[in-house]
Amino acid sequence: MSNLKIFTKGLIKENPTFSLMLGMCPTLGTTTSAVNGLGMGVATMFVLIMSNIVISMVKNVIPDKVRIPAFIVIIASFVTVVQLCMEAYVPSLYNTLGVFIPLIVVNCIILGRAEAFASKNNVFKSMLDGAGIGLGFTLSLTLLGMVRELLGSGSFFGYKFIAGDGMLVFVLAPGAFIVLSYLMVLFNKFTAKLK
Amino acid sequence: MEYFVIIIGAIFVNNIVLSQFLGICPFLGVSNKVSTSIGMGGAVTFVMAISSIVVYLIQYYVLVPLGIGYMQTIVFILVIAALVQMVEIILKKMSPALYQALGIFLPLITTNCAVLGVAILLVQREFNLLESVVFAVSNAIGFTLALVLFAGLRERLELADVPKAMKGVPIAILTAGILAMAFMGFSGLV
Repeated sequence: MSNLKIFTKGLIKENPTFSLMLGMCPTLGTTTSAVNGLGMGVATMFVLIMSNIVISMVKNVIPDKVRIPAFIVIIASFVTVVQLCMEAYVPSLYNTLGVFIPLIVVNCIILGRAEAFASKNNVFKSMLDGAGIGLGFTLSLTLLGMVRELLGSGSFFGYKFIAGDGMLVFVLAPGAFIVLSYLMVLFNKFTAKLK
Repeated sequence: MEYFVIIIGAIFVNNIVLSQFLGICPFLGVSNKVSTSIGMGGAVTFVMAISSIVVYLIQYYVLVPLGIGYMQTIVFILVIAALVQMVEIILKKMSPALYQALGIFLPLITTNCAVLGVAILLVQREFNLLESVVFAVSNAIGFTLALVLFAGLRERLELADVPKAMKGVPIAILTAGILAMAFMGFSGLV
């Protein structure tokens, strides 16, 4: 597979949210606004790229039997790095995302890419794979956050253009499920036409 | 009274799946049948109850005295993974019948973010040991309740005539949204 293909497959064909349907908890839980979704996506992307790089570097050293715990430790280390950095530099975002930052550890996308890609490919390809899938995840989260923010509070990336409240239900829990569901339908329609 | 507030709050008002968005993967993955969702709920309840005790002891007798609170994420996920393995081995020896019922669900629990999420939340909210266990068990009951309700709805959905682009996951998520809306009715209860 060419390098470009490795990078671009995460955007549509293997989009983690709409096509693989992985990592649903942060997708639903953190997308109350576009900025929150973007922040969560970037944090996940960082962990994904770094863990992919490190895992592909040490893949020959780790015995096959303990590879999953070893991967989890590597991922958890980078999650801790992200956690501490966010707490120091963007405390307000850190507080809104809350428990979902440490929960990047159990995001199935990251362990899935480690197992399916980084443990079989070289460092450069693994980095591209992490960047591609991470970007796909970030874009999906930002899109979902954007729609929810637009409908729920009538603003766009924090810039308010409708006076008063929007339809509050879209910022609350049910809105997350409903918006994601309809975006998935649109995605299915769109990709069915491409085929 | 305090415990009552914790229990009602965790099961209905801040339901772990439908309003906190933890454990969505098993919620969508193993909710095709009511019987499997009851099995999964049982396994989660079991692991969450034990892990809440272990996590509490580790946090207040190891991490805090040593001043290494920043290791929380790494330590907790390893403890939960080890715990799930141990529960699996012990159950296999002690109670083969229970192992038969819960067995296949146990390995899935390691990556269930609800377990790690509850562990982090109970430390964040500074519960004492008994409160932690009550909080964990009521969250697990809330998880089981949401899973069983959703499985019941999905069994009916199988027979419904759904547009092609909406088949499968999208309609399931939409149904979950309506269920979440129903659970919003409980807000303000405590």
